[in-house]
Amino acid sequence: MAKTVVMPQMGYDMDAGTLLRWLKNVGDPVERGEAIAEIETDKVNIEIEAFEGGVLRKTLITEGQTVPVGEPIAIIGGEDEEIAEEETAPSEAPAEAAAPEQTEQPVAAAQQAASAPAPEQQVAAPATQAPAAEAAPQVESREPGERIRASPLVRRLAAEHEIDLSQVHGTGPQGRIVKRDVEPYLTGAKPKPQAASAPAPAAAPAAPAAAPQTPAPIAEQVPTIGGELQELPRIRQTIGKRMSQSFQQAPHFYVTMSIAMDKALELRKQVNADVDEASQVSVNDLIVKASALALRDFPVLNSAWNDGKMELHDHIDVGIAIAIEGGLISPFVPNADEKSLGAIARLTKDLAKRAREGGLKPEEYQGGTFTTSNLGMFGVDEFIAIINPPQAAILAIGAAKPQPVWDADKGKFKSQTVMKVTMSADHRLTDGAEVAKYLQKLKAMLEAPMGLLVG
Amino acid sequence: MASTLAELEEMQRRAQDAIQQNESGEREITYRDALREAITEEMDRDENVFIMGEDIGAYGGSYVVTRGFQEQYGRKRVIDTPIAELGLVGMAVGASMAGLRPIVELMTINFSLLAIDQIVNHAAKIHYMFDGKFTAPVVIRTASGWGQLGATHSQTYEGWFAHIPGLRVVMPATPKDAKGFLKSAIRGNDPVMFIEHSLIYRNRGLVPAGDYTLPLEGAEVRREGTDITIVSWSRGLYLALGAAEELAEQGISAEVIDMRVLRPLDAETVIESVKKTSRCVIVEESWRTMGLGAEIAAAVQEHAFDYLDAPVGRVGSIEVPMPYARNLERLVIPGKDEVVAAVKQALA
Repeated sequence: MAKTVVMPQMGYDMDAGTLLRWLKNVGDPVERGEAIAEIETDKVNIEIEAFEGGVLRKTLITEGQTVPVGEPIAIIGGEDEEIAEEETAPSEAPAEAAAPEQTEQPVAAAQQAASAPAPEQQVAAPATQAPAAEAAPQVESREPGERIRASPLVRRLAAEHEIDLSQVHGTGPQGRIVKRDVEPYLTGAKPKPQAASAPAPAAAPAAPAAAPQTPAPIAEQVPTIGGELQELPRIRQTIGKRMSQSFQQAPHFYVTMSIAMDKALELRKQVNADVDEASQVSVNDLIVKASALALRDFPVLNSAWNDGKMELHDHIDVGIAIAIEGGLISPFVPNADEKSLGAIARLTKDLAKRAREGGLKPEEYQGGTFTTSNLGMFGVDEFIAIINPPQAAILAIGAAKPQPVWDADKGKFKSQTVMKVTMSADHRLTDGAEVAKYLQKLKAMLEAPMGLLVG
Repeated sequence: MASTLAELEEMQRRAQDAIQQNESGEREITYRDALREAITEEMDRDENVFIMGEDIGAYGGSYVVTRGFQEQYGRKRVIDTPIAELGLVGMAVGASMAGLRPIVELMTINFSLLAIDQIVNHAAKIHYMFDGKFTAPVVIRTASGWGQLGATHSQTYEGWFAHIPGLRVVMPATPKDAKGFLKSAIRGNDPVMFIEHSLIYRNRGLVPAGDYTLPLEGAEVRREGTDITIVSWSRGLYLALGAAEELAEQGISAEVIDMRVLRPLDAETVIESVKKTSRCVIVEESWRTMGLGAEIAAAVQEHAFDYLDAPVGRVGSIEVPMPYARNLERLVIPGKDEVVAAVKQALA
């Protein structure tokens, strides 16, 4: 029996994927577990592999085409098997249930009758699957291809307004999606996050909050003054969605601290004199290590906001915001407090390199319990970052610059390398004093940095 | 019955406020008096109109609709018949074919079972079988209803007759409809099953003064709403309106539709309403299985599929023969609470 391969869902906020290239041609034999295509999600490129062996009988989308999650993209079947006509055309709207025509191929009809192939017909899965515990649905998490229960009215509205029902939480009987559940999408508002059974923070780029030149217009229909309207790339849309949600829902407050970095820079020089290129420690690695060690004493700042409750983590995973083409991404250093500076240095270099090449796996950037964002390399004095939801806080790091500092003992100015860090925190979870004490601890660690070698 | 009737009347009085009152020069009269006016006005207007049935003359009718008519019009035009439903309906069909305008009263719809061959195989088919050269403009008045009448006298059969091509079936809920429909039925050339309800004869409503008729077609929106469409007819309308009032107190806006005419069935009005509300509950006193509610539900899903946000709900009687005991009877027949519950379920 022919099996349908569908666009897999790689992470909770993926609603569509772009087919980069087919790794198999129509007619090629495919073994179970073999990669058949490469797809691009909002953040990474990833190979998808076949769940079933057979022959790649049909490809339903072309390279470069973007389709919603759950949309059939290929048929794998026996070499001489009849492939029904219905299977060759992806439906216009994936969430639309098609009434099967009378057909001599009941199998094909059955596959068409459901909006998406039933789980047992699902033959493709992401080659790398983020562990379930890392899926933190803001809205709804469904298995790719899982049957979506929605009223006819909802299916029509979804088709008219291009709503991806796989992302919508149903509040009707047996989880049926009813009109009230999609109303937020009709008005352009965002749905409220749903509590997840096993939530974990989703990684998202921590974006510096830039003061826009002009306030964003509220109206959906903006009169243009003749400028060219461009569709935003998906990564921008994702960043926009998540940052808006964070900035609108989490009450941010900000605390800034100056840290003398002379000793830390000296230590870095000494360490790097004796290690190979791959293990060269950056200033940022020192900060990642120090911020992680300091978080051990401040579990609230390592927590997450989860549907009105505080979710405390028993591990400290420090994210690093990395600028990539068209946007940014925050892979994280798992258990950063327990890793040596060398291990952190090797990992961050690798993550940064693969982030820029688009080769990160979802489990490398979906998660993290705390985020750092460093614009020091651009010489900025200080800046303020938006919290990476649902985390409690983010640390924005400026450049370490020599400054004249008054030395009261000697009664004169001296030169000192000062770095300003600003912590943005979620006022629902923490308060100014706690953040200030955390920054005191961070300052103490970076100003007496030998502790980083033994912490 | 006393408490039951008192309850019903109180509910109906409240519900009547919800019935649209657009016309001027109307009087508030009972459903029974509206029927009496229709019959006497038509008998005065056309000497070919006559009435026949069991106990309609000397006794004045089981439900007192024809009291005094025999004195007024004589035994030739107000005929007491033997207990022989097939015979009397057959006579009426023949008389109507010969140019008279008979109104047959079958005491209750349960007794129509005895006359079913004449109704289904003769009255409904004569126009067709004689290519319109003969018609059978007979009006069969009968009453649905219950109230400690026992299993064989408490049945609800309008769906049976609405199933038959060639019959018009009306089941008016309001005095105004009762009079306007009955006059149209008497004047028209089609056989009409005119089904009343024993529990709404005393309901009061505004009725235009003087001569008027209403076409035997079309449902009527009795209450406007936005959240759900409740469809019913006859006594069920009052349940629906009562439920709508209770729901309104809870912030649920129900639209209530009175089907009024069951054949030809005006599904269009229901469909248009469901397109607005996205939800529908159908209320009937009959058993749901193979019932009229199922036909309406099917029409809704067929023509308003893309507008439905919930399955179409149906409220009907528990599928048992009607018990005689009053407490058990109340369990079997749906009440306002069942309608409210069905609406809540549709809104879940």
